[in-house]
Amino acid sequence: MMGSIIEQASSYAAEIDQVILVVAVLGGFWLLLTEGVLFYFLFRYRRKRSPRAKYMSGESHGEKAWIHWPHNLVIVCDMVIIAFAMSAWYNIKQDLPPADATIRIVGQQWAWRFTHPGSAGELGSSEDVEIVDELHLQVNKTYHFKLESSDVLHSFSVPVFRLKQDAIPGRIITGWFKPTKEGAFDIQCAEICGIGHGAMVAKLIVQNEDDYAQWIAAERLRTKG
Amino acid sequence: MGHGQPIATTRCASGVATGKLAVWWVLGSEIVIFGGLLACYILYRLFHDQWSVEAAHTNTLCGAINTFVLLTSSLFIVLAHKAAEEGAHLKAVKFIYLTIAGAGCFLVIKAYEWSGEITHGFTITKSLFWSFYYTAAGLHALHVIGGAVIMAIIAQDVKKKRHMHRVELIGLYWHFVDIVWIFLFPLLYIAK
Amino acid sequence: MGTVHHSPASQSRLASIWHRYLFSTDHKVIGMQYLFTGMAMAIIGGFFAYVFRMQLAFPGKEVLGYGLVNANNYNMLITNHGAIMIFWVAMPVLIAAFGNYLIPLMAGCDDMVFPRINRLSYQIFLLSVLVLIASFFVAGGGFGGAWTSYPPLSANPAYNLTPNGASLWLLAVALEFVAFLLGGINFITTLMNSRAPGMRMYDIPIVLWMIVIASVLFMGSVGPLIAGAVMLLFDQTLAIGFFDPSKGGDPVLWQHLFWFFGHPEVYVVLLPAMGITAEIITVFSRKKLFAYKTVLFTTIAVGVLSFFVWAHHQFISGIDPRMANIFTITTVIISVPITEMMFVYIATLYGGSIQFTTPMLFALAFLAEFLIGGVTGIFLGASSADIYFHDTYFVLAHFHYTFVPIAIIAVFAGLYYWFPKMFGRMMNDKLGHVHFWGTIIPFNCIFIPLFYLGAAGDHRRIYNYENFPDLMRGHMQDLRIVATISLLVMLAFQGVFLYNFFSSMFRGKKAGKNPWQANTLEWVAESPPPHGNFPTLPVVYRPPYEYSVPGRSSDFWPQNEKA
Repeated sequence: MMGSIIEQASSYAAEIDQVILVVAVLGGFWLLLTEGVLFYFLFRYRRKRSPRAKYMSGESHGEKAWIHWPHNLVIVCDMVIIAFAMSAWYNIKQDLPPADATIRIVGQQWAWRFTHPGSAGELGSSEDVEIVDELHLQVNKTYHFKLESSDVLHSFSVPVFRLKQDAIPGRIITGWFKPTKEGAFDIQCAEICGIGHGAMVAKLIVQNEDDYAQWIAAERLRTKG
Repeated sequence: MGHGQPIATTRCASGVATGKLAVWWVLGSEIVIFGGLLACYILYRLFHDQWSVEAAHTNTLCGAINTFVLLTSSLFIVLAHKAAEEGAHLKAVKFIYLTIAGAGCFLVIKAYEWSGEITHGFTITKSLFWSFYYTAAGLHALHVIGGAVIMAIIAQDVKKKRHMHRVELIGLYWHFVDIVWIFLFPLLYIAK
Repeated sequence: MGTVHHSPASQSRLASIWHRYLFSTDHKVIGMQYLFTGMAMAIIGGFFAYVFRMQLAFPGKEVLGYGLVNANNYNMLITNHGAIMIFWVAMPVLIAAFGNYLIPLMAGCDDMVFPRINRLSYQIFLLSVLVLIASFFVAGGGFGGAWTSYPPLSANPAYNLTPNGASLWLLAVALEFVAFLLGGINFITTLMNSRAPGMRMYDIPIVLWMIVIASVLFMGSVGPLIAGAVMLLFDQTLAIGFFDPSKGGDPVLWQHLFWFFGHPEVYVVLLPAMGITAEIITVFSRKKLFAYKTVLFTTIAVGVLSFFVWAHHQFISGIDPRMANIFTITTVIISVPITEMMFVYIATLYGGSIQFTTPMLFALAFLAEFLIGGVTGIFLGASSADIYFHDTYFVLAHFHYTFVPIAIIAVFAGLYYWFPKMFGRMMNDKLGHVHFWGTIIPFNCIFIPLFYLGAAGDHRRIYNYENFPDLMRGHMQDLRIVATISLLVMLAFQGVFLYNFFSSMFRGKKAGKNPWQANTLEWVAESPPPHGNFPTLPVVYRPPYEYSVPGRSSDFWPQNEKA
């Protein structure tokens, strides 16, 4: 369902979309059923067809059963939703699969600074390449990110990845993702961060290994020179 | 307005007098205000070991004397309530004035203590410990001042034998002010 | 100056108007003061919505009546639209206006227990309004850090660039809280102590229960935020750094304080709306409320649970991911009592004799629309789905599907229903129907596109989507224009309401004491009730919803009728 609205470009996008689908199906079922009953009652018991109302307190066991059974079924549906939500949450936010490379992301008023790692995939070497508002990634590689902020709250958001994480000044937040699709996508800031919040956009470019290697070599030359 | 007090005020469906009920609800909302502030302080304190170094500069003796002063003033307001119940309004007024004197004494000691700390550079902006120290104790001191003013007003009424039940109400409030201090004293002074 | 002379008679008349309408301690007048202030604020909040929706649909074009909207203006408009609609419209109208007007009347007493505290509450509220409005015009402009006011953005003028606006805004919010604490104490003690003789626990109309439970929730949740507001105010003015990490503070703490209040706050405004709906659907289906005790106890359950769900606003804000699981469970679980209440209301309609008057239409629309708001909330309570939906237009559409039914639709239901009591005259039902459809249809046309836009990636608080190529694909801009035009239609139809409201006040059909043939005590009093409400205070003999009792010729049975 979600895939037709917005592309899935990370390994866990489909998993999140599945949770959304489960909620949509279960929630949608109850919504339609309840609205259906509501509108049926409004039609069936309009004054013209039902000039005198019934008298019932709703306190007797038999009457309450009409509420309690649907209500118990709602609890069952809730459990299903919780199970799906928590298992996806575990895989995405609690679990940290081993990384092929680590990047640093720093939010500031009003730009994103990205540090691409050296050839070993680790930050802190002389090969690090830092650029503003453009992030280059290799397709099908698992990345860890170290998310920081240098002033106010920001939120690193990549809709096609289904990824969002707030950046908090004074903390380094670690997370992961694995791009699965080549192309150019938007990176947003999803937490209001001042006047420039609406213009805080960065470009995400997912490339295959060769293109990436070419790009980063050129970039290293440019920053050195 | 030319109208007396509404009949609503005189009704008592719950069995607890309206004034007392209202004071309890006021205290309930005050508890969550102080509770929120102190919860923030305790959470921060747990994650900042270096605060105990700052806390070492607080004046425990002044704090202890103030605890004693407040507790004594609470005793006076209890005696005032007892006198009011017995209808001895002048005696009640005397004890209310003693309670106010306790509040005044508390504030004088507080002023002495704070002026010493401020001249030694421990101002509200020195570090977060001192920010909490002045904010929490300051909020409490405002309650002390407010309580003293209300007691002075009530004393004028009680002198004329009016609204005698209000002595009990301000007593409830005064105990609350006391209890808040009983939490503040160990948290700000003793924990070093 | 000395040329104008008032005759003593006109002077005393002026003084009496002054006393009657500005310094009255009568609960009905204070209720009206809250109502009209709330309506005036709703017009400001609606105007703000119009301006920023125009900017979103037609970016960079001058907006009629406002001019060009730059990023700074845009942030200020959305911030204050949210704050006004929640703190200065929903709260004063739903709790303060209806609470003040209805509690003494429906409980069968002559006034609130503390009339002067009640007046003080309104005066502080009015002061908060003035401070808020002043904050729009000070140097640097109004505060633009969103109604949630997250630090460090809100705490440091170097970041938000509104040194005066931010502090005044926060002060206004704090004053507003104080006003409602004072009001709430009055509501609770009045209902606890001043009920009519014979009115036992289960004889209290549901709307009063709901307003009072809401007041208790408010008192229980707002304290930490008041403390937080003091801390944030110190951060802003003295640069202390309670929430500044470079000084040892933690910005996430504010989020906990804010949402510990902010989520119960949703139920603080929801419950009175549910209560109003309960009164109206029973009267216009001539049915007893289905399972009164179930409604009452699920309400209390919702109230208690609402204190344990706050962190679902913070799933991705850097809290421990394990904590998110707990809050997913509590959040999804809170849907259970709410669903139960919805089922009970629908069951009340079963076997009824339903009349589609204007108040009934609005009450039914509240149920139908709030259901959508409730179900879409599950997407956001489910932690992993929230990773994607957080801070998108999906969230925005979701909470507008809860807040518009609460603060707009249910309020209209209540106003159409109690108008005859308030002003002694009927509102025009035909115009009411026009207003109803002119509100409900555009409302859905505004927010259904926004659900889609949110799912497609639109994030919140962006003044111009042209900056984001991915968000300009396909028909996304067209949907933004649809939403804006629907808003214009909806706002235009509110003119019908205002005309109906004010013309009916003077020219409407005389209402009589009990035009809807309802049971509760307010309908025993004259319309409008005089100061003191009842000629002799009523005594209660039965529960409030005894409609269509078998064996009686009339299909209603007022609470105060002896047999």
